[in-house]
Amino acid sequence: MDQILTNTGYLFQYPVLNLAFIIDGIMIGSLFALAAYGLALVWGVMNVKNLAQGDFVIAGGYCSWWLVKTGWLQSIGLSDNAVALLGVPIAFVVMWGIGWMTYKLIITRVIERDLFTSLLATFGLAIMMAQILNLMFGSDTQSLQLDYKTYSFAGGFINLPMAKVIGTCMAAGLAVAVIIFMKRSRMGQAIRATAQDSRAARVMGIDTEKVYAFTFSLNAAICGAAGAIIVMVWVIQPFYGITYSVRAFVIVTAAGLGNLPGVIAAGLGIGAAEQYGAHIFGIGYQQAIAVTLLLIVLFFRLLQQRRKRQALN
Amino acid sequence: MSNIIEAHGVSKSYGGVKANTDISLTVKKGGITGLIGPNGSGKTTMFNSIVGYHPIDEGSIKFEGQEISKMLVPEIARLGLLRTFQQTRIYSQMNCVENMLISMPHRKMSLMDAFRRNTKADTDKAEHLLEFVGLYEKRYLQAGSLSFGQQKLLEFAMALMNEPTVLLLDEPTAGINPTLINGLIDRLKRANTEFGITLFIIEHNMRVIMNMADHIYCLAHGQMLAEGTPAEIQDDQRVIDAYLGAH
Amino acid sequence: MSKNWILYIALLAITVAAPFLFPSYTAFLATLWLFIVVAQAWDMTGGQMGYNSLGNIFFYGTGMYAGAVFAIGLYYNVGEWTDASRSEIFSFTAGQYYTGMVVGIIGAGLFCGLCALIIGPLFFGLRGPYFAIGTLGLAIAAGEIVSNIEWLGGGQGISMPHSPLHPDFEKVLIYFLFAGLGVVLFIFCKWFYSTRFGAAINAIRDDEEKAEAMGIHTLRYKTITWAISAVFVGAAGAVSAFQLIHFEPLETAYQTINLGIFMVVCVLLGGKGTLWGPVIGAILFHVFKEVTWNYFLGGQWVALGLLIVIIVVFFQDGLMGYLKHRRPEWFGIKVESKDKEAAA
Repeated sequence: MDQILTNTGYLFQYPVLNLAFIIDGIMIGSLFALAAYGLALVWGVMNVKNLAQGDFVIAGGYCSWWLVKTGWLQSIGLSDNAVALLGVPIAFVVMWGIGWMTYKLIITRVIERDLFTSLLATFGLAIMMAQILNLMFGSDTQSLQLDYKTYSFAGGFINLPMAKVIGTCMAAGLAVAVIIFMKRSRMGQAIRATAQDSRAARVMGIDTEKVYAFTFSLNAAICGAAGAIIVMVWVIQPFYGITYSVRAFVIVTAAGLGNLPGVIAAGLGIGAAEQYGAHIFGIGYQQAIAVTLLLIVLFFRLLQQRRKRQALN
Repeated sequence: MSNIIEAHGVSKSYGGVKANTDISLTVKKGGITGLIGPNGSGKTTMFNSIVGYHPIDEGSIKFEGQEISKMLVPEIARLGLLRTFQQTRIYSQMNCVENMLISMPHRKMSLMDAFRRNTKADTDKAEHLLEFVGLYEKRYLQAGSLSFGQQKLLEFAMALMNEPTVLLLDEPTAGINPTLINGLIDRLKRANTEFGITLFIIEHNMRVIMNMADHIYCLAHGQMLAEGTPAEIQDDQRVIDAYLGAH
Repeated sequence: MSKNWILYIALLAITVAAPFLFPSYTAFLATLWLFIVVAQAWDMTGGQMGYNSLGNIFFYGTGMYAGAVFAIGLYYNVGEWTDASRSEIFSFTAGQYYTGMVVGIIGAGLFCGLCALIIGPLFFGLRGPYFAIGTLGLAIAAGEIVSNIEWLGGGQGISMPHSPLHPDFEKVLIYFLFAGLGVVLFIFCKWFYSTRFGAAINAIRDDEEKAEAMGIHTLRYKTITWAISAVFVGAAGAVSAFQLIHFEPLETAYQTINLGIFMVVCVLLGGKGTLWGPVIGAILFHVFKEVTWNYFLGGQWVALGLLIVIIVVFFQDGLMGYLKHRRPEWFGIKVESKDKEAAA
């Protein structure tokens, strides 16, 4: 308890700490927002709540990590940093393939079923993926140590590693690309039409099966790219997936479906909230904070609904 | 006769659409009150406001003198104010008798009562009411396998089983074979007189409502257009215009 | 009727005789009963009431810790006990051990029931997927928080007092504790589902909005059902605590992805919303798991994930659901026959 008070005191004693947390929070939060956007996409289009979301992220991270560690691309003259950057699009493509396979093998069979079925099926998938990653890469935490510079401000209170800045920019770039794709392309329009009314879309000649497969693959790919960015700066571990899934749910629940600015804002907010939480309660509580935020958001939404005389469903 | 439901100045809008504007109405205890109006005139919205399906923007709704406009659906239902649905809702996986037994008035039960099994008397009552609506032969069939009209009758019987003080019926004759409508009117009237249940009915079929109600309210475009006895409503030029689409 | 009685008595006799007939399988059978208890308890809310919880393991973990705290706290300061962690400073006499066991198991059950009564009103505003995710969050959060509480031993977990019994006898005792819970729960459920209360929670499952509109005390019934189920899961957790001697928070107590999901899979395999489904499902799942465990060469967990997916996707109605579909008359369901309809 004393520890908590002291830590909270520091925030007022050194106001610049707040800035540091917010910057850090925004950088990691942009990646949470990416995963949440994918979740909202799949949720909105095919009404599947994907609990394996975080495991796609982690799998993408391992994909890029393995690419750097195996050293094939370095042997043709690329630096570690270049391979890590290249890992992002490669993870995107690889996870697209894995997402497509997942859709064809599992998701397509649960779309029309009740919600608990898809939730449980993806939970089983999450367990399976985490265990496969564990068998392949071991249960140690992994990260890429890239030799980018770190800039320090405000007498060392704010550290800004270049890798984080690059990662955040890549996340933003990916988000913009996906949003433009959804607005402009024919496939993007078909996806949005299917989200509004899949039966009407089918009647109008849209191949909804194709749209579903595409949406799910896109989601996995976005998650994979996010994971590849994460592994550049932060750590991954086979069993961290569920926390990322929970974060994605927190963000989507807080923002509501089909609310893109909300998803971004909530993503950044959750990122910052976790930084503050980890500072105040200690780093050991990081997972607990992520999950507790879920409960807080759920009950906040519940109170909102109650005022409307409704339940949250 | 005293008023059992008193709604005063109720307004409700969905986004920009005003579904109900400043509606005031009263339902007399022990009577049959009708609510009519063209499609989209806000009848079901008014019903939903009364039973608590959504918050109202303005106004007050009182049931037996108690303000209910802030209460939740189950709380209002437990006061004895019951409704049936326009799209019938029954428990389709259970048979008719089970449907009836579930509709036992739980609000009159203590927690310990709930841990008892249903008695012979309960089953008898359920079967008696099924006979009353003409579903006795089908009482052991799965409710989901009944026709829409039969499900409607079952829902009505379930409502009676619950011994409500007031029953709100949303279009009880819609989807029912016209040859059976007279029988249904008769049963609704008997429910009112024999069981002493106050009825508040939304109805499209003018012949039906004119035959039953003591007092009728007519809505149009979300506003109260007219009220009065069936005879007065029948002769009201505004009501006739509203139904024929003139303005 | 009399036939059924013979069946039940025969099953009870087998239950009692099993650890003596197959002494080398006592631990296996004890775990089987644990699975039956948690599956049956899960089915009370998941199958009968339609509230699919992914976090019932919360009550199992909380039951473990509550059992430990009650049993140890009777005689020692819990903080000092966990500090000393396994050193032999503290010891329990036989009398203290059994008293602690009884108090721990009953106390854990009641404590978990109380927890459910308190959190029920919060969680039962959440419907469908939100309830599932919310309860999952609860279980994960509880595990993470408990592993940070030093008083409860933190991430290292907590050690239970040593049993005065010979390990072989201890195993039999644990078996009978689990089996006793299972039998009591089964009898309770058989009675419970036949009451008006049981009918009311079925109504909530089939159409909650209708049930609300009919004036059923939905929240009260939901919370009480969850609390009863929590009592049994919590008590089972406490028995597990005594069985395991030492346990730690994330892998053993709040084991979200092991037992937490197995109980759901057991119920799905046997058939949701039936009395025998969870029992049969637990037996099938546990036997399958134990028999195949050694053939996967390290890939067991992958195989289990795959099994979950396969069961959910292809066999969700379970054995009882399949039978209900093929032989509705066994379950007393009557459907109007085609020819009768044609005649009418």
